[in-house]
Amino acid sequence: MGATILELRGVSAHYGRIQSLRQISLRVDEGEIVSIIGANGAGKSTTLMTVCGIVKASEGDILYQGASIRDVSPDRLPGMGLCQVPEGRRIFPRLSVSENLEMGAFFRRDADGVKKDMSLAFRLFPVLYERRTQKGGTLSGGEQQMLAIARALMSRPKMLLLDEPSLGLSPLISQHIFKIIKDINEQQGTTILLVEQNANIALSLADRGYVLETGRVVMEDKAERLRANPEIKKAYLGG
Amino acid sequence: MAEGGGCQGHKAERMDYFLQQMINGLTLGGVYALVALGYTMVYGIIQLINFAHGEIFAAGGYLGVIFLSFLTANGFMETHPGLGIGLSLVLSMGYCAMLAMAVEKVAYKPLRQSSRLAVLLSALGMSIFLQNGLMLTQGVYDKAYPTEFTHGGFDLGAIRVSYMQIGILAVTAILLVALNALVFRTRMGKAMRATAQDKVMSALVGISANRVISLTFAIGACLAAAAGIMVGLYYGSVRYDMGFVPGIKAFAAAVLGGIGNITGAMVGGLIIGMVEIMAAAYLPMGGQYKDVFAFVILIGVLYFMPTGIMGENVDDTRV
Ligand SMILES: Nc1ncnc2c1ncn2[C@@H]1O[C@H](COP(=O)(O)OP(=O)(O)OP(=O)(O)O)[C@@H](O)[C@H]1O
Ligand SMILES: [Mg+2]
Repeated sequence: MGATILELRGVSAHYGRIQSLRQISLRVDEGEIVSIIGANGAGKSTTLMTVCGIVKASEGDILYQGASIRDVSPDRLPGMGLCQVPEGRRIFPRLSVSENLEMGAFFRRDADGVKKDMSLAFRLFPVLYERRTQKGGTLSGGEQQMLAIARALMSRPKMLLLDEPSLGLSPLISQHIFKIIKDINEQQGTTILLVEQNANIALSLADRGYVLETGRVVMEDKAERLRANPEIKKAYLGG
Repeated sequence: MAEGGGCQGHKAERMDYFLQQMINGLTLGGVYALVALGYTMVYGIIQLINFAHGEIFAAGGYLGVIFLSFLTANGFMETHPGLGIGLSLVLSMGYCAMLAMAVEKVAYKPLRQSSRLAVLLSALGMSIFLQNGLMLTQGVYDKAYPTEFTHGGFDLGAIRVSYMQIGILAVTAILLVALNALVFRTRMGKAMRATAQDKVMSALVGISANRVISLTFAIGACLAAAAGIMVGLYYGSVRYDMGFVPGIKAFAAAVLGGIGNITGAMVGGLIIGMVEIMAAAYLPMGGQYKDVFAFVILIGVLYFMPTGIMGENVDDTRV
């Protein structure tokens, strides 16, 4: 594993008066897949949104490639190689599939490279090619998830933050999506921070994992050790 | 024979009168459409009814008179009338774009996290501020446009078409086509639509909301400034409060088309312009009440179909 690419140091976050992150500390190394698991409302999505600066950290610091990004405007992060696929996919509903992909490459100025990556995305997800002129909002849930991942890849990220990529998908499509995540990590060396409800799959994919409970990191370990942990088994792996 | 001829002549006259009104309605409707686009685009991006937009239209009219008078005094208009008008148009549009971006930075941006009511009040305040600014710097009386280079026209059968009307229709058409290309074909246009659809996600793909918002105000102001000059040229004068009534009518047009919808604003503008001209031409006392019809339509739309004619069904052209 390489150097640390992302580090949270005692990060807290609030929605109004409600505190949803309590001094979270975590670390992701280059080339790793790290998973965050936790119950509904534990603060997983908030963690990712705080890394991206959409939710402002009220305490602590966030380091990306060694420099603080706490006060960096969210729209500058994709250009630095940090990209999020947020919960619920957030496809631009009235842009076509192609336009959604173009927006993923918004900051890029190499038109030829963008074109090449677009055909790569279409090769990865042939169904998106079939639907390229269709409005994003008219795609099925699974197609939208594929588009969301493809859109993020258009920025050629160094690090991807994925928030519940399998949410609402059939087991077959979930498998396909997770296979692609693994491929992206292995073939392109993209670092991945993966938030998942499906702790079983997440931990089988990941190198390391963090367990979040009501805004706190309550456990961190190698993924296989977490999978073997009886408490984790009981709480998150269905016995 | 003579009798029949007279009857036919009468019919033809009525037809000519109708066609004449059609052209007038198209001209006026085009102007409303240009102004309506500014309302609808800003609303699409930041859900604000920009009450100061009518004043940008008025400022455009004044800048046109200033540039044209200057060029006339220099003798430039005598040799290059078309170029002179074009130059005044472009300069006023540029100036108004900067003015509108400044208004946004000063009056709206600091309130982006505040309630919608606060921003709305700020917009009303800005409108009053700009209108009074125009009055203090330009005076309370009508200011005449130099029209010696813009009169003239030709007869199409029995219809009189002025070069001015042709010019206004042509410029309007060019601007509408250019806007469509900008919003639906260019990278920044797509970014604008993305921002209108999901601000968080557009930030996550690297689109700067500040830049998009500034661009939106600039584009709306360009269109309004062009409309202001064309109205000045058409009616021969401008006045400090000229932005108020056309501003509300253009707002009515935007609501009629479905606020936030670009094609809707164009269609709405044309309908309001056409209704106003036709009502003035054909209804008894229509001329005196011509300002009423836009508001009747506005109230009717708000009551019976608040999403407008293109609001949610034909959703492709929402920004
Ligand atoms: N926009 C918001 N305003 C107020 N509170 C919020 C907001 N978003 C999240 N919260 C609260 O913050 C806490 C953490 O929410 P978060 O979305 O991060 O949870 P999560 O771990 O992603 O849950 P899930 O698995 O259901 O997606 C929750 O208690 C939630 O109610
Ligand atoms: Mg979540």
